[in-house]
Amino acid sequence: MKVLVPVKRVIDYNVKVRVKADQTGVDLANVKMSMNPFCEIAVEEAVRLKEKGMATEIVIVSIGPAQAQETIRTALAMGGDRGVLVTTDSDPEPLAVAKLLAAVIGEEQPGLVLMGKQAIDGDNNAVGQMLSALLGWPQATYASALEVSGATAKVTREVDGGLQVLDVDLPAVITADLRLNEPRYASLPNIMKAKKKEIVSKTVADYGVDIAPRLKVLKVTEPAKRSAGIKVETAADLVSKLNTAGVL
Amino acid sequence: MAVLVVADNDNAHLRDGTHKTVTAALKLSGDVDVLVLGHGAKAVADAAAKISGVRKVLLADSAALGHGVAEAQADAVLALAGHYDAILVPATSGGKNFAPRVAAKLDVAPISEIVEVVSADTFVRPIYAGNALETVQSSDAKKVITVRPTAFAAAEEGGSAPVETTSGADADKTRFVSEEMVKSDRPELAAAKIVVSGGRAMGSAEEFQKVIEPLADKLGAAVGASRAAVDAGYAPNDYQVGQTGKVVAPALYIAIGISGAIQHLAGMKDSKIIVAINKDSDAPIFQVADFGLVADYKSAVPELMDALAAAGK
Repeated sequence: MKVLVPVKRVIDYNVKVRVKADQTGVDLANVKMSMNPFCEIAVEEAVRLKEKGMATEIVIVSIGPAQAQETIRTALAMGGDRGVLVTTDSDPEPLAVAKLLAAVIGEEQPGLVLMGKQAIDGDNNAVGQMLSALLGWPQATYASALEVSGATAKVTREVDGGLQVLDVDLPAVITADLRLNEPRYASLPNIMKAKKKEIVSKTVADYGVDIAPRLKVLKVTEPAKRSAGIKVETAADLVSKLNTAGVL
Repeated sequence: MAVLVVADNDNAHLRDGTHKTVTAALKLSGDVDVLVLGHGAKAVADAAAKISGVRKVLLADSAALGHGVAEAQADAVLALAGHYDAILVPATSGGKNFAPRVAAKLDVAPISEIVEVVSADTFVRPIYAGNALETVQSSDAKKVITVRPTAFAAAEEGGSAPVETTSGADADKTRFVSEEMVKSDRPELAAAKIVVSGGRAMGSAEEFQKVIEPLADKLGAAVGASRAAVDAGYAPNDYQVGQTGKVVAPALYIAIGISGAIQHLAGMKDSKIIVAINKDSDAPIFQVADFGLVADYKSAVPELMDALAAAGK
């Protein structure tokens, strides 16, 4: 079974996000970029499926600027087999990303799409669900455990208040939550090997997908700053302050 | 314009997120209907009918809807979508699971987790885990929106809307197998009014349980943890508060032995009152805390327990 894993290049999760003074967006100049953490988990799960003999090939897909090639290389170093990079200078919205991925999937015909549940920049938590809807494939989001057997997959999902288990027909779109696994660090030999793996470069025009934005960003602002409060001397002092604030 | 709110429910109870989403919907239009998706969920529909400002309640019933299967939920909403200009869904894990499907099928951009309605086509939503707020204007004729419940006040009760039955929906390629809800007396982390979180300073899983959990139970609070504590194995991953964990906004957040890494602050800085207990007076957590106690948690937490007991808690 071929497994397709879309990955996104985003600001590193440890970097402090700064809003641009002109309110047009977030400052990404000279900022460390990394693979979206949830995408890393999806890549790891695909590699584990291959190690178990369930997956035969892992195709990594990224949509973004030319530098997204580095993100694909990282995934290839973790164990992906080859990459597809769809370059675009714009920052496509989830609907456009889902349509582009659907087009790539039309060519690649994978038996399973594994992807992160959400990107930590836009925080939309939408592409997996939208892709599943466009393809007419079953969806299982927020996976914390995955068991593939033959033509179906059993997915344990993180839902409000507990866990839910779904059984889906393959092909399906499965999105990864934090507890699915702990991604490996690529070893140096694997990083070297990844440099020789193939990455095919495509453009949005190759797929004929309209990626015009539907949402116009009027402004991006900083949330109201919290100011540091007061230091209390004792626990009793703290309790009386909290009582006054009415939160106990 | 007419707005459809999809209710948050567990087949037996209507959840509060519905009332909050109705508040957001009423900012768009006076014509607000509520759709209840469930199985044997008549009581939920009756409860939704009591929300003030609701025009009518629609009840869709099927086994798949009762189990929250996204394909069925989206189809049930799509069957009604023609009558509405906007579809609002509470941004719970269940709501976020099916709302984007509805948007994809309608060929519109989903507007995720709004925290403010600016006008009928303009909304504010957090990005980068709440480190920035984006104001977006939608050009789509029909809007599919998820609403962050903590950002809106709950609509009052006192209405008496009629309840109508509408068609259910099923999913043929996705089957519900089982469900395991955490049977804890503690509230759920994302919805709790008080959260007590522990950090790496705990030093071990045993210490985490010994220190954090009794305090949480005394306050009727949910338990959270920093990523550092989770990575060190002191707390399970579903306790994680932060950019890669859960984003919480309780009335009271108590951070114990948490230094306040950026990625943790991203997950809790919208809390109403933040308390930090840390022995390092330079810890970044104090920069966002309303009340800081510079002390070793080993002495401070027992003292806090005593002070709470003395205050009758």
